[in-house]
Amino acid sequence: MTQFPASAVAEPGQDRTLVLNMGPQHPSTHGVLRLILEIDGETIVRIMPEIGFLHTGIEKTCEAKFYQQVVPLTDRIDYLCPMTNNLAYCLAVEKLLGLEIPPKAQWMRVLMNELTRINSHLVWLGTHAMDLGAMTVFLYCFREREDILRFFEMVSGQRMMTSYFRIGGLALEPPLGFFEKVKSFADRFPGNVDEYEGLLTGNPIFLMRTKGVAYMSPEDAIALGATGPTLRGSGVDIDLRRDAPYTGYENFKFKVPVSTDGDVFARYVCRVQELRESIGIVQQALAGMPEGPTKADAPKVVLPDREKMKTQMEALIYHFKIITEGFTVPAGEVYQAVESPRGEMGYYVVSDGTAKPYRVHMRGPSYANLQVLAKMCEGRLIADVIAAIGSIDVVLGDIDR
Amino acid sequence: MALAPAITDIEQLKSHPALARVLGWNASVVQSAKFDRDELTLWIEKGSIREACAILRDDPACPFNYLCDLTAVDWYPSEPRFEVVYHLLSIPKKERVRLKARLDGSSPVIESVTSVWPAANHYEREVFDLFGVRFTGHPHLERIMMPDNWEGHPLRKDYPVEGYR
Repeated sequence: MTQFPASAVAEPGQDRTLVLNMGPQHPSTHGVLRLILEIDGETIVRIMPEIGFLHTGIEKTCEAKFYQQVVPLTDRIDYLCPMTNNLAYCLAVEKLLGLEIPPKAQWMRVLMNELTRINSHLVWLGTHAMDLGAMTVFLYCFREREDILRFFEMVSGQRMMTSYFRIGGLALEPPLGFFEKVKSFADRFPGNVDEYEGLLTGNPIFLMRTKGVAYMSPEDAIALGATGPTLRGSGVDIDLRRDAPYTGYENFKFKVPVSTDGDVFARYVCRVQELRESIGIVQQALAGMPEGPTKADAPKVVLPDREKMKTQMEALIYHFKIITEGFTVPAGEVYQAVESPRGEMGYYVVSDGTAKPYRVHMRGPSYANLQVLAKMCEGRLIADVIAAIGSIDVVLGDIDR
Repeated sequence: MALAPAITDIEQLKSHPALARVLGWNASVVQSAKFDRDELTLWIEKGSIREACAILRDDPACPFNYLCDLTAVDWYPSEPRFEVVYHLLSIPKKERVRLKARLDGSSPVIESVTSVWPAANHYEREVFDLFGVRFTGHPHLERIMMPDNWEGHPLRKDYPVEGYR
C-alpha cells in the first residue's frame, strides 16, 4: 500500500483537477480495491490503484509448510477458481518430481477445471451486469452457480475451498451418481446461456454502457501484460489450454473465442463464448471418461487409501511418514502456467531438495490485468471505470495474496 | 516419466531461439545456461539485463514480447544472495525462457525493465517491497503490499515467518 504521493498531483492541470477516492469498500470494486482517481469534471485524468489490503503473506507461509500442506493455501488465493489454483500448484510439483498421473485423474481434472471456469464466469457475469444496472442476470447466474457448488461439495465435501486436486492425483474418487448429475446440468446449461444472452447481448442499455468503452489496443495490452479474456478481447489469440496443453487438454476439441474490438463488450463476448466452449469440454470429458485409478502409483508421495491403512503395514508406515516428515522433492525449479478463468496463472516453485518448498511464487492473472485498468480509463467518464473494472474481472485475493 | 538430467552445456543449447539471439548479440553477457524439466534458464550478467530483455523482445524471428512474471529468490546466507527471475513468453511462437540475474546481498540494485515492458511496474514494486531489491530507473518505486511505514522485507529468508513481535 502506498499513500498517494503529494508531488504526483502537482502537474500543470492541478488547479483544474480533483482527487477522488473510490473504495476500498465500494461495492463495484469486487473486494477491497482502492482506486485514487484524478478527475477533471467527470473525466478521468489518471487512476492509481492501491492494493495490499488482503495481503496475508501466503508466499511466505508456503515456505514453512510441507509440499502437500500448501494445497489448501492455494485455494484461498483466487477464491473464485480454487480448482485452477490447485491444478497449477499440483502440476508444478508433479513436474518437479517427474510424476506420471493416471488418465482418469487427468480427465477428472479437466472436467472439474472447466466447471470451475463456468462457476467463475457466472460470478463475473452476474456482478458485471449488476454493476451496469441489470439485476436479474445476477439472480439467474447464481442459480446455476449453486448447481456447480453442489458438484464441488459432492466430490470434495466443500463448496468453495475444495483442495480436491492433490499432488499425484485426486483426493477422492467421485461419488456414485456424480457423472449423471453433471451430465444433466451440462445438457441444460446452453439454454441458460441463451437466457443470459437474451437479457444482455441485444439490450440497448447494456450496449450503450459497453460498446466502445475502455478501449485497449493489442499492442498496449501485450506491453502492459494483460492476460486471458482481457487480452483475447483485444484480438490477441492465445490460450494456454490449446497452445501449451497440460493435464490432457490436447485430447479435447474447443474453439478459442477472440474479439478484435478491444472494448468492454468484446471482453463480454469472449467470456460468454467461453461458457459455451467450456460446457462442450465438460460434455467431451463425460463422454470419454476413462476407467482406472485416480492416484499415481507413488507410495512415498501419495497418501494411501484409508482402507489399506487398516489392513496393510506398509500403507500405515507411508501414511505416517508423509504426514510427519513430508516427502522430499529433487532440487530444481519449474514455472507451470495454466489458463485460469482470468488468464495465465503461473506457479514458480523452487525446490532445494528438502520436504518444504524453498520458494513458491504465484503469478496471478488479476495482478497482471489490474495494471491495464489505468490505461483503459484515461479520458473516459467515472461511470465507465465501473464498467472497466467489471470487464477485467479482478479478484483481490489473487492480487494481494 | 523419469527425470532427464539437466543440460548445462551452452553448445548443446544453442538451437533455442532465446539463447541463439542473446549469443548473437553479445556472448559475454550469458554467464551460464541450464535446460531442466523442459525449461530453459539463462543467467545474464546483471548490468546487461535491460538490454538483453530489449534484444529478446525485438527478435524478428521469435519475439519474446510478453513479460509473464518477475520475481526474486533469496539464497541467504550464500552469496550472491538474490536472484531476480524474469519469465518471458513469445506470443507468436509460444516459446518460453527464464532469465536470471544474480545480485549481492549488501546492495541489491538492478536496472528496471519498465522501459521495455510497462507491465514490469507492479512486479518490480512487489520485489522491492518484499525483498528490498532496488530497481534503478523505475518511475514509482514504493511499497505496494505492505504499509509504507513497514520495517523489513518479509520474503527475505532472515525475516521470521511469524514476523517480529
